[in-house]
Amino acid sequence: MSRRRDLLGVVPFFVFVGIFLIIPTLVVAIGSFLGTDNRVTFDNVTALADGYIVQAFIRSILLSAVTAILGAVIGALLGYAVVTAGPDSTVRRVVTSACGVLAQFGGVTLAFAFMATIGLSGFVTLFLRDSLGVDIFAGGVWLFDLPGLVLVYTYFQIPLMVIVFLPALDGIRPQWREATESLGGSTWYYWRHVAGPLLAPAFLGSTLLLFANAFSAYATAAALVSQGSPIVPLQIRSALTSEVLLGRENIGKAMALGMVVVVAVVMSLYAALQRRTSRWLD
Amino acid sequence: MRISISRRTALVAVSAVLVALSACSPPSSNNEAAASDAAKAKTAADMGGLDKLVEAAKKEGTLNVIALPPDWANYGEIIKAFTAKYGIKVNSAQPDASSQDEINAAKQLKGQGGAPDVFDLGTAVALANTSMFAPYQVATWNDIPAALKEASGTWVNDYGGYMSIGYDSSKVPAPASVTDLLGPAFKGKVALNGDPTQAGAAFNGVVAAALGNGGSADDISKGVEFFGALKKAGNFLPVDPTSATVESGQTPVVFDWDYLNVAQGAKLKGKVDWKTVVPANAVVGSYYVQAISADAPHPAAARLWQEFLYSDEGQNLWLKGGARPVRADAMKTAGTLDTAAFGALPQVTGTPVFLTEAQTKAANDYLAANWAKVVG
Repeated sequence: MSRRRDLLGVVPFFVFVGIFLIIPTLVVAIGSFLGTDNRVTFDNVTALADGYIVQAFIRSILLSAVTAILGAVIGALLGYAVVTAGPDSTVRRVVTSACGVLAQFGGVTLAFAFMATIGLSGFVTLFLRDSLGVDIFAGGVWLFDLPGLVLVYTYFQIPLMVIVFLPALDGIRPQWREATESLGGSTWYYWRHVAGPLLAPAFLGSTLLLFANAFSAYATAAALVSQGSPIVPLQIRSALTSEVLLGRENIGKAMALGMVVVVAVVMSLYAALQRRTSRWLD
Repeated sequence: MRISISRRTALVAVSAVLVALSACSPPSSNNEAAASDAAKAKTAADMGGLDKLVEAAKKEGTLNVIALPPDWANYGEIIKAFTAKYGIKVNSAQPDASSQDEINAAKQLKGQGGAPDVFDLGTAVALANTSMFAPYQVATWNDIPAALKEASGTWVNDYGGYMSIGYDSSKVPAPASVTDLLGPAFKGKVALNGDPTQAGAAFNGVVAAALGNGGSADDISKGVEFFGALKKAGNFLPVDPTSATVESGQTPVVFDWDYLNVAQGAKLKGKVDWKTVVPANAVVGSYYVQAISADAPHPAAARLWQEFLYSDEGQNLWLKGGARPVRADAMKTAGTLDTAAFGALPQVTGTPVFLTEAQTKAANDYLAANWAKVVG
């Protein structure tokens, strides 16, 4: 009886997960195997082998990996600098509040902020061109292509890393460093055998979060890239809304399923890594 | 994750959710007999004449339109005029949506009061979805050339235009032909309205480039090659042009329908000297399509809207926006055409090319396979 009442408490959670996770996933998974006539078909899934879709997946994974690693490394260094400044310092307060804002600063607003700053007639672009004779777009309009996406994504990845990685950095006690040194360990030794192993799981976990964050980002790219669909979320947009190529809604769902698979693979790799590192820690 | 819970409870919870969701669709707001009459009406006469149609539409009091930007073919003024004339409120949803978005919205909102009543679609999307339209013949049906309508009135062409090049004459020299745009004067300046694998206007921009670059309606590879060369020269600008980008000088040259470029020029008069040219011997024309939704929540208002669009008044309002209305020839003969507006349309030299369905399909397939390689 009491067990049943315990289960009742979990119902809201299941309702929530059902509506926002399970049902959409089922819609995507089932739609991937249906043709436009609602018959079962494998055409949508085999269409994923098309050159341009494979390209989009490669670009998406590259973009996410590069911005995750850049964001993780720079964010971790920034976080470390903040932690050494002391728990109640002004620096720490300013940086953490700024990161809280900037990590959520994405989508259309972010894209337009970049366009207004370093776009074709952005004020920095014009200043560099008119005052210093430097044309940042001499080699092409890179802002509206993959390099531009790397820059803009990194901009929100760094603050996100600071936020998620600070707690782990806070867990490192200065006494451990003192202990290492009094026992004759070098700085290298401390990082290699004490702080490194302690921070590794959190660092990897945060990097993974950053990867997923970039992999699924859509609005920023949609606002920035209007010509061509270099990454998967934009290919899905095209499949759903194109007025030129019709009847591709379910290919869009197959692409979404592909994204789920990619994230699942990354998660399993992460889990395997976690197991390795935990053994290494023991 | 140490949550252990019986699988059955999970199932019960999820199925409860499913039941709750399926019970969520609101009932439709229109169940009157009059509405069903209007929904079946194939002409105004079926309703007992135009006056009766107006009466029924006024009773409904609302019209839902979708994907009609106010500065596209003068739709802003057309909607205002319709409301002023009949006192019917027009809800204009998602002005920047694509044709496919219109169809998606009609499917998703089916049976609800907010579903679109009427469509304004690109040809490809219209022909792929004829089962969703209600046939209707407007009072001026006989003025519309047979090639520009479906015989029973399931869909009817409404207005058309030619692919044109709009340019800021203070920034670039006047381009006489498509290939002029490859010159150094156009470095980082040429934009296409949308992605040709997604948007009809951009698609026709590629077709026009093909005609101007030695290709034909049957072979648009030359158009894709042209944009490839444009990109190589550093002239192609992967930015979606809007009034704002034109005004700020980000997109000094834009491939778009002539009525959109002309409207752009009118809108920015005094700020930007925006001129429109239809490139010589690369004239691609295309009509848009009107259709009434078979599931229109306001069937009478939907039909009255069509009557208004195809009346002299509606046709001249399109013309005022730079679009070429489908009854232009008949109205010219009858003397009801706004000749001042007609004279202001961009000059066309050469024979206009209208793509057939087969040519459109072949071009689409070619673009799907090759556009991303060249420009993506």
